[in-house]
Amino acid sequence: MSINRRTFITTSAVAAATLAAPMVRAAGTPNVVVVGGGAGGATAARYIAKDSKGAINVTLIEPTRRYYTCFFSNLYLGGFKEMEELGHGYGGMAAGGVNVVHDWAVGVDRDAKTVSLAGGGSLPYDKLILSPGIDFVDGAVEGWDLSAQNAMPHAYKAGSQSELLRAQLESMPQGGTFAMVAPPNPYRCPPGPYERVSMVAHFLKQNNPTAKIIVADPKAKFSKMALFQEGWANHYSGMVDWIGDDFGGGNVSVDPGAMTLTIDGEVTNVDVCNVIPAMKAGRIADMAGVTEGNWAPVNAADMSTKADADIYVLGDASSQGDMPKSGFSANSQAKVCANAVRGALTGSRVFPAKFSNTCWSLIATGDGVKVGATYEATPEKIAKVDGFISQTGESADVRQATYLESEGWYTGITTDMMG
Amino acid sequence: MFRGFLFSLSVAAVMSPITVAADPIGDAAAGEKIYNQCKRCHQVGQGAEHRIGPHLNGIFGRPAAGYEDFRYSKALTRAGTSGLEWHADTLDVFLENPRALASGTRMSFRGLKDPQDRANVIAFLRIYSDDPANIPEADPTATVPDHDLDPAILALVGDAEYGEYLSGECTTCHQATGGDDGIPSIVLWREEDFVLAMHAYKNKQRAHPVMQMVAGRLGDEEIAALAAYFANIEE
Ligand SMILES: Cc1cc2nc3c(=O)[nH]c(=O)nc-3n(C[C@H](O)[C@H](O)[C@H](O)COP(=O)(O)OP(=O)(O)OC[C@H]3O[C@@H](n4cnc5c(N)ncnc54)[C@H](O)[C@@H]3O)c2cc1C
Repeated sequence: MSINRRTFITTSAVAAATLAAPMVRAAGTPNVVVVGGGAGGATAARYIAKDSKGAINVTLIEPTRRYYTCFFSNLYLGGFKEMEELGHGYGGMAAGGVNVVHDWAVGVDRDAKTVSLAGGGSLPYDKLILSPGIDFVDGAVEGWDLSAQNAMPHAYKAGSQSELLRAQLESMPQGGTFAMVAPPNPYRCPPGPYERVSMVAHFLKQNNPTAKIIVADPKAKFSKMALFQEGWANHYSGMVDWIGDDFGGGNVSVDPGAMTLTIDGEVTNVDVCNVIPAMKAGRIADMAGVTEGNWAPVNAADMSTKADADIYVLGDASSQGDMPKSGFSANSQAKVCANAVRGALTGSRVFPAKFSNTCWSLIATGDGVKVGATYEATPEKIAKVDGFISQTGESADVRQATYLESEGWYTGITTDMMG
Repeated sequence: MFRGFLFSLSVAAVMSPITVAADPIGDAAAGEKIYNQCKRCHQVGQGAEHRIGPHLNGIFGRPAAGYEDFRYSKALTRAGTSGLEWHADTLDVFLENPRALASGTRMSFRGLKDPQDRANVIAFLRIYSDDPANIPEADPTATVPDHDLDPAILALVGDAEYGEYLSGECTTCHQATGGDDGIPSIVLWREEDFVLAMHAYKNKQRAHPVMQMVAGRLGDEEIAALAAYFANIEE
């Protein structure tokens, strides 16, 4: 041991410099730090640890001890799921060899290659993977900011916000008005707001059948539009009033104190107001200096950022091309990234990037629909290859089978993410 | 006779209401029709072999997970070790909801809810068991599905390591542990069955849009790689 060390020090000035560095690194074992234990980050951390079998130290930084999935959180609003069914702990991840640190990442030093933590201290990395999800664009909806999120919840990060929205729904007066301010593109989960409208309508139909739903939308069309509109007409006739961009749906302001929503100059009193503002990459991506505008541009082949070859961005925070911002997409991107990172650090085989996505939505009991596509990496972007979508007018059996499939997917992806 | 009732109280609870529900002697001819749902995975009759599931000749009196040359789920192996044997009553419980009896079984089957359907299919299976005796052997009810796949494609030797990477696209929905919660298990299939199934999706002979899309993008080598990986996956 001592002989080794002496040889080491006397033979190489570079080696001496390494030894003198303040960080303690396990000798020779490269470090991967993953920020964010959601659909993208948890998958990446678990896959790198699983496949490298100790050849890479993998640390996951995630402040919460339980991850509540946004996926299926609309089903919670509709009464199809309990909140506890949506919560997943990090025990399986730790058992799989990932070092789980429950803290916030608050800074990235790209020269020193360290990530600093809110609780103090910092972690060295050879490769840094950021999958922090989304934050909201300040001032996106006039009259709304984060201090108004109790009066007018977004419920676009699952957990307490979803519970709050559900409680407000339950205490709506009979015949009251539920309003949603839908977000502009691009945003997390394109069909998400409309699945939510469906689930809210399902709840109201049972508990408050004379209530109304107003949706103010800055878009002229939206994901699975024909399917949702068919479903709303079939199941919730006359309940949903969708106001698209053509009718001023993008020209909105809210007053959380007075509980009013103004659409194109017309003021409406509302009982519940679900404001889903414009989105951007989770703040840490910005702090790492890898964003351009609201998102972090990445290379399709391995999800490395255009700004820094040793920093990767996955999932919602990335700007990658044609894939929608979904949990399925984040999980798919994470596996491509994990394979590339492992190859770069240990020389293991790197295979060509391949991506896929399928998003299921529930419109009413047993009425499930889906949209999906596969993608490939081109030099410019992740590009769509092939896709499909559920058809209008499908039989109840097909819709029921689609719904059951989404249940299977939920178990599949959460197991794949968390171990 | 000890039939493994002791290995789990919850199983006993599931079992008791059912044993009284159905006419114990079902109609084998009606059962043969119901067996169509089983035959993609289970052969029975003369010359029957293990496919995706074990063959079902002589199932009566056999311990669960009883064949050494078939790879069962851990759950079913545990049940077998704890004394579960297949008889009309245990088959009845299993067929109602396979996972109520062995939660981790890879048998991707929702179960037969109608007690009479179960009695009928059990009566049909009795034909192929010596116990009870005097049962004629018949032609296998399940054969390798007809296919026109190029033998060269079937002969490809898959690169399991590549398959492991590609499997990431599958495991977003299909559980690597073989569990089935609405999306069928794809682990420990015979490679040939896996290759045939994937090519049937690719050629749009099987009808699922997600699978047609996924398989449509996989080359012959990639399908072989996935088959090799999933056939030998560690549980
Ligand atoms: C209502 C709704 C319904 C949806 N339905 C579906 C669906 O059916 N199917 C589907 O595929 N997708 C669905 N989605 C989308 C899906 O939830 C997201 O696309 C997915 O979660 C994105 O994964 P991610 O890894 O980018 O971010 P997330 O899963 O949000 O994970 C980000 C994690 O990073 C952590 N984090 C953030 N900043 C820091 C920091 N500085 N330090 C440490 N940790 C940090 C957060 O705590 C969080 O756990 C839905 C979303 C919503 C809102």
